[in-house]
Amino acid sequence: MTEVHQGRLETPFYGRFKAIDTLNEWHTWNGYTVCNSPYCADLEYFAIRNATAVFDLSPMNKYRITGPDAGAYLNRLVTRNVSVLGPGRVGYSVWCDNDGKVIDDGTIFHLDEGDYRVCAAGRHAAWFADAAIGFDVEIDDETADVAALAVQGPTSWSVLTRAGFEGLESLKPFGLVHMELGGRPVMVSRTGFTGDLGYELWMSPDDAGVIWDRIFEAGELTGIRAIGTDALELSRIEAGYLAPGLEFLPADETVRTGRSRSPFELGLDWLVDFTKPNFNGRRALAEEQRRGSTWRLVRLDIEGNKPAHNAYVFPRESRSRSDIGFVTSAAWSPVCKKNVALGTVRQPHGRPGTTLWVEIYYQREMHWQRKMARATVVEGPFWAPDRRRLTPPEPY
Amino acid sequence: MKKYDVVVVGAGHNGLTTAAFLAKAGLDVVCVEKNDYIGGAAVSRELHKDWIYSNCSYVCSLLRPEIFRSLELHKHGLQITPYGGSLTFMQNGDYFGSYHDPEVKYREMSRFSRRDADAYKHYAADTQRQCRFIRDFLLTTPPDPTSFHPRDLAGLLDIGKRFVDMGEDRMYETLRFWTMSVADYLNEYFETDVIKAALSGSGIIGTALGIHSPGTAYVLLHHYMGDVDGNVGAWGFARGGMGAVSNAIAGAFQANGGELRTESGVGHIRIRDGKVVGVALENGDEIDADTVVSAMDVKRMFLDCMDESDLPSHFVRKVKEFKIRGSSGKLNIALDGMPEFPALPKGSTLYSSDMHFVDSMERMERAYDDWTDGTWSQDPYIDMVMPTMNDPTMAPPGKHFMSCFVQYCPYEIDGRAWTDEERQQFADTVINQIANYSPNFKDLILHYEIRTPSDIESQIGITEGNIFHGELTMDQLLFNRPVPGYAQYRAPVSGLYMCGSSTHPGGGVMAAPGANAAREILKDLKYANTVPENFGDD
Repeated sequence: MTEVHQGRLETPFYGRFKAIDTLNEWHTWNGYTVCNSPYCADLEYFAIRNATAVFDLSPMNKYRITGPDAGAYLNRLVTRNVSVLGPGRVGYSVWCDNDGKVIDDGTIFHLDEGDYRVCAAGRHAAWFADAAIGFDVEIDDETADVAALAVQGPTSWSVLTRAGFEGLESLKPFGLVHMELGGRPVMVSRTGFTGDLGYELWMSPDDAGVIWDRIFEAGELTGIRAIGTDALELSRIEAGYLAPGLEFLPADETVRTGRSRSPFELGLDWLVDFTKPNFNGRRALAEEQRRGSTWRLVRLDIEGNKPAHNAYVFPRESRSRSDIGFVTSAAWSPVCKKNVALGTVRQPHGRPGTTLWVEIYYQREMHWQRKMARATVVEGPFWAPDRRRLTPPEPY
Repeated sequence: MKKYDVVVVGAGHNGLTTAAFLAKAGLDVVCVEKNDYIGGAAVSRELHKDWIYSNCSYVCSLLRPEIFRSLELHKHGLQITPYGGSLTFMQNGDYFGSYHDPEVKYREMSRFSRRDADAYKHYAADTQRQCRFIRDFLLTTPPDPTSFHPRDLAGLLDIGKRFVDMGEDRMYETLRFWTMSVADYLNEYFETDVIKAALSGSGIIGTALGIHSPGTAYVLLHHYMGDVDGNVGAWGFARGGMGAVSNAIAGAFQANGGELRTESGVGHIRIRDGKVVGVALENGDEIDADTVVSAMDVKRMFLDCMDESDLPSHFVRKVKEFKIRGSSGKLNIALDGMPEFPALPKGSTLYSSDMHFVDSMERMERAYDDWTDGTWSQDPYIDMVMPTMNDPTMAPPGKHFMSCFVQYCPYEIDGRAWTDEERQQFADTVINQIANYSPNFKDLILHYEIRTPSDIESQIGITEGNIFHGELTMDQLLFNRPVPGYAQYRAPVSGLYMCGSSTHPGGGVMAAPGANAAREILKDLKYANTVPENFGDD
C-alpha cells in the first residue's frame, strides 16, 4: 500500500505561481497550498479593477451530476428553481438542511442536457449522495480532475479573445460555452467572485500550464497579473458576495444551536422558490417566512476610514444597550473609497436605509483606540460597474 | 434673464468641487469655463489619434478620499490606481530604485549605503510626523490669528495644542522643518548623493526654488502627504487620465442639478455698490448671481477680471506681491512602443515607476541656476511617467503615452517671450536627456506637445503657468494664503469667494480648496453643510 499524500497538495497551476512568486506567503485551501499574494496584494487588487487578474480556483470542490434525473435532483437539492436554468447557463444557489439552514452556496453549471457541475467551497459528497435517494443520477467528485482559472477585470474579454477564445463577445453574464484552444477543450463561463467583468475557465489539469501560458502571452500588453487570495478577498467584499465560513457557517458542521443561517437571514430570499416541487428545507423555510427570521445580513457603509474588523454592531451610538450583532467581513474599499463591511444583526434591526453603529477597535503605534462609527445599511453590492454586465464587453 | 444662486468661474477640479458641494446643498449653480472642454489642469485630451494625454497634471495622490467618497466619484467613472516606485538613472550606468516593497527598498538602498538604508526609517518617521501635523488641516479653513472670533480662537488653540503635544525637541524640529531647505533636511539623514538627489525632487516640483532654497522641505511634504488607500506618500494614476478626476466631479455636480457652460470665459466680475452681482462673459453675455466663486488664481481673478478700484488697496498690493512664478514645463509624448532602458534589468517593476535622470545634488542645484539666469535647465530634472504601463485605456496595446514634467522652465526667456525656436530647443533638451538612457527612444516618438509656462498660462489660464497657483512657501501658506486676513475663502467684496489652489491648502489635484470654500459659502448662505470632515489618522 502506498500512503496517502502527506502535507499539502499542489494545484495544476502551482508551478506557474511558484515561478512568479516573490513573497513566499502561502496557505492551505481545501488541502491545497495556494498563494496569498505572489508579489504585492495592492497591485494585484488593482489588476482586478483596472486590467486583468488571473486567480487559481482549482481547489474549489467540483461535483459532476449526470443522469436522466440530474435536473430534477438538483431542483430537489437546492432552494432555487433549477428547471428554468437551460443548458449553457449558470446559476448561483444555496442548499439547506431540513431545518432550512444553509449548508453551502455554490454555482450550478448546466453543461449539457442532463449534465451539471456544482462548484462549492465545502465538501458535500455525503450530503449530495443522501439527497439523491430516489433519483437516477450519478454524482462524481471531480475536484482534482478539473483545473479552474478565474480571468477577471475590465480587459479580461480582450485578453481571452487575443489568446484565441473567439466568440466570447456574445457570452452573457452567467452564460457558459464549450470551446477549444489548440485542440484542448475549455469550458468558459462568464462568472466570478470580483463583481467586475470576468470569466472562469475550466479545463483538464493536463492542459492547465499551456492554457495559462497562452493567456499570459496574450495579456502581456494589457497589464495581466496573477493574483492571490488576499486581493480576491478584497474584491469579494466590495462586490458584497458571501464567504462561507465568514458570513455563514455550513449548517451540517455547526455544533452550537443558533449559529447557522437560513437563506432569508443571508438576504437570499430571491433564491428560495416555493412554487417549485419539494426541496430540502422547504417546510422549515415556509415556516420561517411565516414567523419571521432571527438574523439579517447587512451591508454597511461606515463613516471614517478605519475598517470595522470584528466590530460589534449597536442600534444606537450609546453602548448602554446591548449589541445586536457583529461584522463578519470588513475592508476599506479602494475603488469606492468607502469603509465597507458585511455583518449579521438581529431582526428587526438592519433594514436598508437605516442607521446602525459599529464599535471599531484599531491600533496606532501599539495603543488601541476605540471609535463608535455610524453605519448606513445599504442594499446591493458596493461596487457594481456597468461593464460587469455589458455584452459585448468594451474592447481594449 | 435667469438669476442663479451661484456662479462658479472655472471648471477645473477645484471650481467643480465647490460647484458640486453647493449644488448638493440645493443651490442653483452654474459653472462657467473659458475652454471648450472642462477640467482646467486636470484633463485628458486626445492630442494624437487613439492616444489620451494627461497633458497637464499627470499623477494623483493628494485628492482627498473624503471628497471622493462624499461625491461618490466612483459612480461617475473615477478610479485611482497606484503605481510602483521611483527610479533615478545615473551617469555611471547604474540606477537607484525606490521600491514599493519596504524590504526591497531597504536592500536597494543598502547597495549604496547600509547606513542610509537604516537611516530611512528615521527620515520616514520624522517626515510622517510632519505629515500628520498638516494632514488634519487640509479639510479645514485656516483660523485667522488676528481674530477673536470663537471659531478662530478654537482653531488656533487646536494648532497650538497639536504643536505642544509633539514634545519639546520635536517642536524645535517642526519650526526648523517648515523653513529649511530640502537639501539641508536630507543631509541630516543621508550620505549618498543619488539617494538625496532622488528624494529632493519632491522638494522642488512646481516651485521656483532650488534644493538649497529655504522652504523647500515643506514642498517635499506637500508631495508626501497624499495617499492612495492609506499608503501615505504613494502616488497613483487616474484611470483614463487626469481628466477622469474633473469629469467625475462634474458628473457629481450635474447629478445634483448643476449646470456647466463651456466656451464661456469670464471677462469681468460685476460689482455694484460694493456687492457682487454676477459675471460678464467675454462673449458679452451676463450672468446674474448674488454669489460668485472664482477658481482662478488670485492674480488672474483680482488683477485681470476686476477693477482694482473695487478692492481695498492693501489687498491689491498683496495680490500683486503674491509669488506665482513659472518654473515648470511639460513635454507630452506619444510613443510607438516601449522605450528600452539598458541600465534597468528586464522585467523590473521599476518600468512602471516614475523615472528621473538627475543623479546628484549638484546637478539638481545647477538646474535651478539656469532658471535664475532666465532660461530653461540645460540638464533638467524630469519627472517622467508612462501611465500606459498601468492604464489600458490611454493608448493602443503596446503603445505608450509618456508625460515629462520638466523642472526648471521659465515663464519668459531673459524677460521676453519664448520664440518658437527656443520652444523646440527646450523640447530637444528633454528628449536628449531621456535618449541618453534609452537608445531607441527617439525612434518611437510619434507626436509630442511642448508646454512652457507661458503655454500653460495661455491655454489653461493659470498665471505664469504655476502649477500650484502660487508658491508653497511658509509666507504663502495656511492663514497667509493667498493674502493675510483673507485666508478663509472670502474676497474683500461681499458675495465674492475664492476656491482655487491660491487658497489653503494649495496646489495639487487635492480638491481641498474647493471643498473648504464650499463649506464657508454654505455657512454664509445659511445652507446645511455638505462638505465632509477629515477622516483623521487617529
